[in-house]
Amino acid sequence: MPEPILELRDVKTHFPVTHGFIHRRLVGTVRAVDGVTLSIARGEVLGLVGESGCGKSTLARTILQLVPVTGGAIILEGRNLTSGTAAEIQEVRRDLQMVFQDPYASLNPRMTVFDTLAEPLRVHRVAAPADIPGRVARLMELVGLAPRYMRKYPHEFSGGQRQRIAIARALALEPKVIIADEPVSALDVSIQAQILNLLAQLGRRMNLSLIFIAHDLSVVKHISDRVAVMYLGKIVELGPAVEVIERPLHPYTRALVSAIPNANPDTERTRQRIVLPGDPPSPMNPPAGCSFHPRCPFALEKCRAAVPPLLPADHQRTVACVRLGEI
Amino acid sequence: MPLLTVTDLRTHFHTRNGVYRAVDGVSFTIERGETLGIVGESGSGKSVTGYSLMGLVPTPPGRIEGGTAVFDGVDLLHCTPAEARAIRGKRVAMIFQDPMTSLNPYLRIADQLIEPLLIHQDIGRAEALRRGLEMLVAVGINDAARRMHLYPHEFSGGMRQRVMIAMALITRPELLIADEPTTALDVTVQAQILELIQKLQRELGMAVIFITHDLGVISGLCDRVQVMYAGRIVETADTRTLFKAPRHPYTRALQRSIPSLQQKGAELYTIQGMPPDLSKPLPGCPFAARCEFALPKCVETPVHLREEVPGHSHACLRAQLGEI
Ligand SMILES: Nc1ncnc2c1ncn2[C@@H]1O[C@H](COP(=O)(O)OP(=O)(O)O)[C@@H](O)[C@H]1O
Ligand SMILES: Nc1ncnc2c1ncn2[C@@H]1O[C@H](COP(=O)(O)OP(=O)(O)O)[C@@H](O)[C@H]1O
Ligand SMILES: [Mg+2]
Ligand SMILES: [Mg+2]
Repeated sequence: MPEPILELRDVKTHFPVTHGFIHRRLVGTVRAVDGVTLSIARGEVLGLVGESGCGKSTLARTILQLVPVTGGAIILEGRNLTSGTAAEIQEVRRDLQMVFQDPYASLNPRMTVFDTLAEPLRVHRVAAPADIPGRVARLMELVGLAPRYMRKYPHEFSGGQRQRIAIARALALEPKVIIADEPVSALDVSIQAQILNLLAQLGRRMNLSLIFIAHDLSVVKHISDRVAVMYLGKIVELGPAVEVIERPLHPYTRALVSAIPNANPDTERTRQRIVLPGDPPSPMNPPAGCSFHPRCPFALEKCRAAVPPLLPADHQRTVACVRLGEI
Repeated sequence: MPLLTVTDLRTHFHTRNGVYRAVDGVSFTIERGETLGIVGESGSGKSVTGYSLMGLVPTPPGRIEGGTAVFDGVDLLHCTPAEARAIRGKRVAMIFQDPMTSLNPYLRIADQLIEPLLIHQDIGRAEALRRGLEMLVAVGINDAARRMHLYPHEFSGGMRQRVMIAMALITRPELLIADEPTTALDVTVQAQILELIQKLQRELGMAVIFITHDLGVISGLCDRVQVMYAGRIVETADTRTLFKAPRHPYTRALQRSIPSLQQKGAELYTIQGMPPDLSKPLPGCPFAARCEFALPKCVETPVHLREEVPGHSHACLRAQLGEI
């Protein structure tokens, strides 16, 4: 594998849960991200999937230092972000950018497109004031927006166009990694494909690494090189996108894939679907051992005994299931 | 005789910026026990069709301009309020994408669940509660006896969806209108909800109108599908035919847009352009401006849904003339 640009080593993000306003008592801990190890190569697209609440957004926010990390290391091109000084982190943050699900909430409604895109250029002093209008125009063209709309406000654009502005803002500082957290979930189906094409095309053109968080597995399969499947704060399966989604190994991935309705009336009516019982358990009191065992059709006594490690299942794939060889 | 026959339904919104023809001459039927899918991109008039049948169109600005919707002999659009009350919410029920549209955040689940029973059926509170509990168990709420006394915010998204379904089904309706009930849910929860709807449908023998933008959901669930575009039905067929031999270019474009059917790594197929402005006149085919097969005549010539073979109708002029 090529040199990784970003590496996560046993990253944990826990949130304390307290009760009472004056005398705050600690009543528990939400283990939102609970020991994630992975790496992403330059130019690679890594899909991150899992049910809502499994910790995808928290992992993204942790990488960007938007929430404090509880443990582990986040290494960008050899620099450990978890132990850097504020100035170092500020410097490194330029290389990491994020695109959020709701482009309306993430754009300042009182700033024009020009101000939104010029701000990072000014703050990080990457362009002389005289060059800024030209840079903004080029950013807009890059994401398929006509520069003549530069003086307009976010509400004057459609949802898809707003997401283009958010992508342009993320690109302003020429980052190395972009984390896109469900960037198309709030958009119309017909617009989704346009934004996905844009992200894929920009990734290739600028040799960007992209962490693409989504819950639509068919979209993830389409644009990702590799996919990581998360359950209750942990990665349970990681491997090439096509392999993971067409031949899932972990029982949770199997259920997730089997739940995708497929657009073929002949096979859809006859295939055996795995319907998981219930909701994922709370990350405050995760079940002992493999946290998937209460919903897993293959669970045995030994699944409760210890947390299964993520181990190589074949030459390209790692899976966290002790029954892997047996099921 | 069909359970419901909708003929030339027209529902428009009168706003400062003009009159929006949200539903513009929609006709269809549904038989007892049948599952009919309505598919189309957002803004095509799917929800407004459902709201029109349920008497939920916000008026003003909305107004039902014309048409009939005959349910078991009663025209829902022209009957007396008493006749409508006896049908809506009892024999015809609707569920929504956002369960909080039908749940009151300030009422315990139990109280809202049994309300339709107390209104529509001559039973006491104790019997209503017993039936409510039975329904919650049927939709798969664990520990229902305790949980029925909780408030909606104490439930997860998937559970609220189940509660809403329980509420809609407690009067054992003959027709359920399900408006994207799984769009906001995880695929795992979606699979649970779809299985639940199918199971209850078998048990109660009810007909279902399932509204969605996801052709994948349609393929496993529906007997028949109709495709909506710009307030009109542009194609309708049994599910298998619609997937195997779609005739209208819009249906074909929708199908080509499904990511899983496209070659990995290639550009995803996108339908060029935007849906038309529904306040502007559209004399011909509303899809013409985006259609790769359109000729000038498509923009100008009025076109109607026409049956090509029994059970399969479409509103494409060029396909009707055998040109494509
Ligand atoms: N600031 C916070 N304080 C406490 N709990 C949080 C906080 N942010 C997220 N969580 C919890 O962490 C878990 C993971 O959430 P999230 O990362 O948003 O999941 P996802 O993005 O996969 O849906 C959830 O149980 C959520 O309630
Ligand atoms: N409250 C409203 N006021 C004005 N126009 C409305 C209103 N509700 C719906 N519409 C119009 O009706 C059209 C169809 O809406 P809808 O039935 O909700 O679409 P769908 O459910 O297919 O996404 C919309 O494009 C919009 O123009
Ligand atoms: Mg999230
Ligand atoms: Mg709708």
